[in-house]
Amino acid sequence: MVEVTLWGSVGSAAGGNKQVEVEAKNIRELFAKLAAEYPGLEPLIDNGIAVAIDGVIYRDTWSKELPEDAEIVLLPRLAGG
Amino acid sequence: MTAIAVSTTINGDDIEVLCQTEETLLDVLRDRLGLTGAKEGCGTGDCGACSVIVDGRLVCACLVLGAEAEGRRIETIEGMAKGDELHPLQSSFLEHAALQCGVCTPGFLIAAKDLLERNPDPSEEEIRFALAGNLCRCTGYDKIVRAVQDAATVMKGG
Amino acid sequence: MNFDAKFAAKKFNSVGTRPVRPDGVDKVTGRARYGADFNMPGQLAGAVLRSPHAHAKIKKIDVSKAEKLKGVKAVITADDLPDLTDGDSGLYNILDNCMARGRALYDGHAVAAVAAIDARTAREALKRIKVTYQVLPHVTDVDEAVAPGAPLVHEDVFTSGIDPRPKKPSNVAKRSEYGHGDVEKGFKQADFIVERRYRTEQTHQGYIEPHACVASFNADGTADMWVCTQGHFVFRQTCADLLGIDVSKLRVTSSEIGGGFGGKTHVWIEPVALALSRKAGRPVKLVMPREDVFRASGPTSATSIDVRICARKDGTITAAQADLRYSCGPYRDMWAELGAMTSFACYDLANVKSVGHEVLVNRPKTAAYRAPSAPMAAFAVESAIDELAHEIGMDPVEFRIKNAAKEGTKSSYGPVYGPIGIGPTLDAARDHPHMAAALGKNQGRGMACGFWFNFGGQTCTDLNIGLDGTVTLAVGTVDVGGARASLSLVAAEELGISYDEVKAVVADTSTLGYNDMTDGSRGTFSSSMATISAARNAIGVMKERAAAMWDIPVEDVVWEDGHAKATGAGHGNLPPLSLKEIAAAAPKTGGPIAGHSELVADGAGVSFATHICDVEVDPDTGATKVLRYTVIQDAGKAVHPDYVEGQYQGGAAQGIGWALNEEYIYGKDGRLQNPGFLDYRIPVCSDLPMIDTQILEIPNPNHPYGVRGVGETSIVPPLAAIANAVSNAVGVRLAHIPMSPPRILAALDTKKKD
Repeated sequence: MVEVTLWGSVGSAAGGNKQVEVEAKNIRELFAKLAAEYPGLEPLIDNGIAVAIDGVIYRDTWSKELPEDAEIVLLPRLAGG
Repeated sequence: MTAIAVSTTINGDDIEVLCQTEETLLDVLRDRLGLTGAKEGCGTGDCGACSVIVDGRLVCACLVLGAEAEGRRIETIEGMAKGDELHPLQSSFLEHAALQCGVCTPGFLIAAKDLLERNPDPSEEEIRFALAGNLCRCTGYDKIVRAVQDAATVMKGG
Repeated sequence: MNFDAKFAAKKFNSVGTRPVRPDGVDKVTGRARYGADFNMPGQLAGAVLRSPHAHAKIKKIDVSKAEKLKGVKAVITADDLPDLTDGDSGLYNILDNCMARGRALYDGHAVAAVAAIDARTAREALKRIKVTYQVLPHVTDVDEAVAPGAPLVHEDVFTSGIDPRPKKPSNVAKRSEYGHGDVEKGFKQADFIVERRYRTEQTHQGYIEPHACVASFNADGTADMWVCTQGHFVFRQTCADLLGIDVSKLRVTSSEIGGGFGGKTHVWIEPVALALSRKAGRPVKLVMPREDVFRASGPTSATSIDVRICARKDGTITAAQADLRYSCGPYRDMWAELGAMTSFACYDLANVKSVGHEVLVNRPKTAAYRAPSAPMAAFAVESAIDELAHEIGMDPVEFRIKNAAKEGTKSSYGPVYGPIGIGPTLDAARDHPHMAAALGKNQGRGMACGFWFNFGGQTCTDLNIGLDGTVTLAVGTVDVGGARASLSLVAAEELGISYDEVKAVVADTSTLGYNDMTDGSRGTFSSSMATISAARNAIGVMKERAAAMWDIPVEDVVWEDGHAKATGAGHGNLPPLSLKEIAAAAPKTGGPIAGHSELVADGAGVSFATHICDVEVDPDTGATKVLRYTVIQDAGKAVHPDYVEGQYQGGAAQGIGWALNEEYIYGKDGRLQNPGFLDYRIPVCSDLPMIDTQILEIPNPNHPYGVRGVGETSIVPPLAAIANAVSNAVGVRLAHIPMSPPRILAALDTKKKD
């Protein structure tokens, strides 16, 4: 079980900023469950989204494991210069 | 459309080249002679990336017409090293990491060479003002100034 | 890939030293080849026709006279770039920006292009293209664009991120909100409040090398392109998508790059060059004139930011709020959102709210500029923080130390921080000798903090060991500032050989797997991680070869100091085998020895910096002189300290220019008035002092050597550091960037009247 925060434009796509609990062992499972619950997230997930796990920001690598009780924040894919 | 025949000397070599009336010396060096060390950063004499020496005078090659090279002595970055022996300024820039992307470096080296030939012992302020016609966007100029100071010491025999 | 990226402390032999870079001699002799330094046989000269109107319908383009001109081999318009974007709006916007489809959206928007036998003919051909425009109302100012009744850039944009969706279209493409707690409650708890509007004008990355490429579309459907870019793999993908080519059939070679800073992470002229070449049947060289670079590549957002921060008299911030408007040009993106995310990232706040509005304007498409969107938000917030400290009567550094984020802080953009460096940079600033330097008349000191995310991303490297034991390292991240030296140090370190025995090169898109761009401060971070992984794989192979040469089990072989060593009972008499010896025997022991790595580098870790600067302002002219400047930033581990210092100094210099002089000036006609280096004034050598740097090394737990990204963060604090210094020097708060002499004189006049 992980706690997922959907914030900013990710939150808007999910119908408003929110925090939800999801049963998922890795990023792929997490995305599948979130997209099923909040269809508005699907295009964002497809285009690329950043995943912060316990404060460290990761790419959306499907196999990345989510530690039990991790705090997950989904952020829009970041641009750099 | 008649091209102009220009006879000139570049880095000690006698060269004959054809150019159109509106071509600049920079165009001639880069497109006619394959000497791409001088860069076009702006085409209007504001950035100094095309700095060359014409008859001993530091100029922006983009502000000189190709035809004006007739009978003159041109020095470019390609002539700065002697064979595989780098000029002290070139070595100093490398040692001080005075370049990041390196595109402004040929212009700076030519301008710094001109400075040290006129003023072998410049203060930091004199270096900064002499190089104020060369834009660098990567380094903030700190390591460039240090490299010129160090090269000046080497060239004085220090 | 089972690669363990966790930090493991070790004593370094190569990493941390300062050797001369491998591409250095080419660059000081003029031999290095940049985007415009390459030519293909039979190439044509390309040129682009651009709209002189800020907003106009394109009724008709008549190219017939241009096509008839002798020496012209192709003329193209949007009709020659069919829409293959299949509903991908981001890709469609790129296509439209490369060549206007029916409507010119800014002064400089490309409407047609030609390829001819020489530059003179190309220029003449442009003059013969007849475009019939119907001029439309335009808006270029970020605040005017959100005012009711503003001309609309697009008629069909309804702000997203608002529930319920607005019924009327506007220029606000998107609203995004971040934060936690209850700011209204927080404001009620405060003893001091600062509330102010801040504005920053649009700036450009200002790289000295204009965009340039040579594109060749071949008769068999393959294509080649030489181009200056921060990401040749990304350019390949985008061009392939837009032109309908298979990715593997388009070979993109990255030239040396003369500066990018984010501006070369997007295509501008490259699809146009390919389309010209396709039509002409010959290679086309297309170089952007400097004026076009300013008018039609990708400058930053202009911003208008309202900040409200308050604190108790003991110095605890109780609430912080920002409302940010960022211009994005004619196409929506995420610039305002990034501003909203970074605004308060440095602080530990119970109640915080930031709302970003992405604002459409008739200006060129906004692109990333080194830590995009963060410098402007930091300017507003760090200025307000300084004012608040002053109100309370607290030292600005101590005030920040008291409220700084630390491990366990819930960041204002969502995640809880792990170990971070803002505390250490603030402590180092407080204790730095710069703070003790004396200040004279008309002089002032300012400091500010900055934050940036850093990225990882898709990365490949190939490490090949030659018969003589020297190593070729092929990487896919474009080298913008000396990374080949750093990566060679990493390979040498891991293999246990000397730096001189490693040669790093940047491969092209056909000779290496996909690599993300060099942006997000990821070049050295990601490629060093892949290099370590590739080196460890090569070591694995060499241990097997040594085992075969000794005829012992591979479990009994270890790698130490560049040698294979036999451990375990009975092998004590075997002298170690050097890398050279193993390499020389390779043909007999199994063939060429190499290590490869394809991975997604991750865990780059966020980055903090604190800057201090002293300025002197001339009260008669309003001119500002920077007297002293110090950059303090955490690099995790400085692989090549000269190049880390260089990033710190370069970012600071760009920030100084942004703070004091640089801005896009638009006329009432919506046209850019200063598209050149004379009137778009970047810092020159005589404007700046020596820039002191202090590299902190708090290892990044997610990289084997502790490396963090460093390239971008240094541009985040300068706007505020300079603003705070100038405001202290003149005794008036400056809230409009750049603080050019006219603005400072106006502020001084206002002060005189009060």
